[in-house]
Formats: sequence, C-alpha cells, structure tokens
Amino acid sequence: MKLSREEVLHISALCRMNLSDEEIERFRNQLSNILDNFETLQQVDTTNVPPTAYPMPLSNVTRDDEALPSYRQSDILANAPRQEDGQFRVRAVLE
Amino acid sequence: MDKDKLHDLTIGRAQKLLKNREISSVELTKAVLERISRVENKVRSFVTVTGDSALRRAEEADARIREGDASPLTGIPALIKDNMCTRGIRTTCSSRMLETFVPPYNATVVERLNNAGMVMVGKGNMDEFAMGSSNEHSAFFPTRNPWDLERVPGGSSGGPAASVAAGEAIYSLGSDTGGSIRQPASFCGIVGMKPTYGRVSRFGLVAFASSLDQIGPMTRDVTDCALVLNAIAGHDSRDSTSVNMPVPDYTASLIPDLKGIRLGVPKEYFVEGMEDKVRAAIEAAISTLERLGASVDRDVSLPGTKYALPVYYIIAPSEAMANLARYDGVKYGYSHEGESMWDAMERTRGSGFGPEVKRRIILGTYALSAGYYDAYYVKAQKVRTLIRREFDEAFQRYDALITPTSPTIPFKIGEKTGDPLKMYLSDICTLPVNIAGIPGISVPAGFCDGLPVGMQVLGKPFSEETLLRVAYAYEQATDWHKQRAKI
Repeated sequence: MKLSREEVLHISALCRMNLSDEEIERFRNQLSNILDNFETLQQVDTTNVPPTAYPMPLSNVTRDDEALPSYRQSDILANAPRQEDGQFRVRAVLE
Repeated sequence: MDKDKLHDLTIGRAQKLLKNREISSVELTKAVLERISRVENKVRSFVTVTGDSALRRAEEADARIREGDASPLTGIPALIKDNMCTRGIRTTCSSRMLETFVPPYNATVVERLNNAGMVMVGKGNMDEFAMGSSNEHSAFFPTRNPWDLERVPGGSSGGPAASVAAGEAIYSLGSDTGGSIRQPASFCGIVGMKPTYGRVSRFGLVAFASSLDQIGPMTRDVTDCALVLNAIAGHDSRDSTSVNMPVPDYTASLIPDLKGIRLGVPKEYFVEGMEDKVRAAIEAAISTLERLGASVDRDVSLPGTKYALPVYYIIAPSEAMANLARYDGVKYGYSHEGESMWDAMERTRGSGFGPEVKRRIILGTYALSAGYYDAYYVKAQKVRTLIRREFDEAFQRYDALITPTSPTIPFKIGEKTGDPLKMYLSDICTLPVNIAGIPGISVPAGFCDGLPVGMQVLGKPFSEETLLRVAYAYEQATDWHKQRAKI
C-alpha cells in the first residue's frame, strides 16, 4: 500500500508540523514500506484479548492533596522564547 | 595503584581506594577529566562537559568521605544521558528543539545520585529524543564506538555507553524504550540494565513513549550495576507509574554460582540475518552458564516475538506524537517566527525536529488518526497483551531467559541510515522486553573480530536480583569485562 502525497499532507496538518517537498516524498516511500511490514499484525487472532496500555496493572493512583512549594516564576519563564509581565507571550489565536 | 589508569576503575574498586584514602575524589575526577580531554575529540560522547562543577562536587565528596558519611557512589565521576533534567545545566535530548533548554529542576534519579555524592562530569550524546539505534540521529554529531571509531556505539544511549567504554566516566545512566540501554551496552562491551517498568522513577526524564521508557545503569561490571540500581530504584510520588515496593540490596544477589537456576533459550531470538559469530558467542556463553550449575532448556518457543517489531513501531511513535505535542515554541525550546500562531507552530516543529523524530511523529499520527486507530493502535495494544502473556507463561517454567542482545556486532557509521526499517531491526531482541515491561540486562559475552558481543538475560517483573545473579556468575567465569578499548 502506497501513501498518497495528500495523505502525508493531511497527517502533517494533524500534528502541526511542516514538511518540505523532499520530506513528503521520502516519508511517503519509507512509511509505505514500514506500514507494509506492519500488515503481519492483521494475521493475529485477538478475539476477546483486552488491549494493554501500561505493563503494570496500576490505575487511579492518588496521593494526598498537600500544598508544596512550587518553582519560582522567573525560573520557569527563563526558558520562554517570548515573555511579558511575568507571563508567556503567545501569538494571537484569533486575528 | 597505577595512577595513570584511574579512569579505568570500576565503582567497586574506586570506592575502596577512596575509603582507604589511597586516592581522593578530586584526583579521580581530574583523571577522568584529563581522559575526556585526551579522547573526546575522537569518541564524542558528551553534549556538555561539566568540569568545573565536577571538581567542586569532588571536593564536597572528599569532605564527606573524611567525615565517614560516604555512600558507595560518593565521589565517583558519572555521565548522565542528556534526556534527564539537571537543574541549571542544559538538557538538550540532542535536539535543536531543546538546544538551549536549562531545566529548573532535577530528575528524581539525578537528585538521588546527587544525594549519594555523584560527581557528574557531563551530559551524554544520544539519538534525538532517544529515537534511534546508532547515535547517528543526534542533531549535533554522531558518537563513535571506542572499540572501532568507524563504527556506531549503538543507541539511543550511545554517549553514555561510549563514555564508560572509553574511560570518560566510571558509570552512566541511560534510558531504554526499546533497547536503548542494552543494545549500546552490548556494542560498547559494558553492562547495561533496563529495570522493570516502574522500578525507577521517570520524573524529569524527557518523555518519549511513556508506557515503555525506563532509566537504568550502564557500568563496567555487574557489581557496579547493582550499586547504581541500589541508588536509583524506588517509589517516587512524582511518577504515578513508579511502583511502591521495597528495594532490596541488589549486591546481595551477586553469587558466583547458578545451582538450581532454570534457564530457557527462546529460539525466535536467533533470528534470520543474525551473524554466525554472534550466534557462536552466545552459544558458548550458554554452555558456560550450564557449567556454573544452571539447567538450560534450549528449545523454548515464544512465537509472538515476530510481532514485537510492528507492535513497538505502532505504540512507541503513537505515544511519542502525543508527548512531543508540547514542543510548540511557546513555553521553552526552539521557536520559529511565523505569520500567525499556527504558522509559527508548524514552522517551529518543522525545523526544530530532525528527520527520525519527524518520521516517528508522522507514523504515530497516522496510526492514531481516524480510520486507522482500531486497525493499528488498538490492534497493537491487543497483541501487546499476547506478548506479555507469553512471557508470563515462560517465567512459570524458567527463572530467566537467555538471548543475544543484538543480532549483529556494531555496524559501520552510515551503513543503515538510508533504510529506517533496517535500523529498526537492530533492536529486534530488545523490543519485546519493553512491550512486556519486564527487566533485562546485557552483559559482555565475548568479541568477534575485536568488537564486543552482548548476552541478554530476561526475567519476570521485579526479578532484577535473579538477572544480576545470572549475569554476575557468568561475568566471574569470564574476563570479557576486564578488557578495555584501546584508543
């Protein structure tokens, strides 16, 4: 099965990641090859087999709701590409 | 004591010399830093060398030792893979995306090692975001194998493995999502363990695939592996998947015989395409295990093994695409200008990530997208259950399973970069272990044409003690671990 250029563009839009024309063509070929290899999974009978999300059977792990010191605002903002008045500065979402 | 060779010491040996005041931590640290300055331009294990802070930490360690307040790791120089957060020291994941990122906090493992008196000499190079098997996917430069500089050190913990093999660190921490500790340990002739999922806290480990990732020790021998595991294992309320179970003293399981131990050899791990000389080395190792008193069943079958590759390369990229959604150019990391919010985000991600990371994000997004979710992602999760069950059944009959760590010896730089599927096959013996969440250790098992071969020992969840015992008994009967790369 060969992925179309449109399919690769659709996926790149879903994950908000630009691809160059060269990358689209390369990934199209490589992913088709990889997905063909994955077809073997369809041979496996998984009737009544539950899916595994995590290897250990843990669920709803809770802890006491204690107030603890947090990080300093200036430390957290130190890595921000853009900041203003102690906040992350983002680009306008609505024009 | 030959003071020209301090950088080659094991933790066990260095600890005794420090305790008896035959050497100081400052002396040991200077020897390691000197070694780094001599060989690093050839090996390139480090993204960042932290020489000044290492010497300060070494002085503190010497004070602790004088006061009789030392732990086994006090004053020992170590390297940390560059995907574990170190407060005030940049943590890049070998990616342009995080090239300037300076974490405001320490990973739990770093905090634990700091409390134990670690002298961190630097941060280790890796495949970008831990995606790769050769270190060639580092956005900065490839690390080279100290045994042959034309070959890869394995990956993704290639820097951590190469540094220990080259004398640039006494031990290191790696992370393992599909073999990223064990395969480079095998390629570089050292010991590497992926503990049971949940045994070691992942807090502060930059997430790749959250249901598969685990941190573990990379060391020169099995004793050192037990010492480092002692320091990093245990429950952490900041990682809800870390398991609240007591941590034994792992050095207590270092027993040099295997009487009563039942071993199985699953034939599916001796795959087509496996190199004959690797097969021969592992078969010789199995005979040694028998001589040490273990019973060995060479006719074990785990037929689900052949599905591990597709299961892994659906689940890991799917989890990765979700984890890597946070790199949006707003909160931290690389940020590209754009005409609008979406345009800037798409450009940030398009130019901040390297080719392998993009390939996996695309693959994961595809597997999770409408129309393919059931056929790929849910199907893979169901087959994951079957692979786990197969291991569960096997461990009712065997205390441990023995396999090669990798089907090949270290390959040449550039040999597999053109064909991702060929690169993925390099992890064929290690992937099933992460899928099932069980522990695995790779231990040196000989050389082929002067290049290291690793034997992998697998056990049921939380059987690290059994793995260490098997690995230790084997190690004590051989001298592979005493050989050092000549560079």
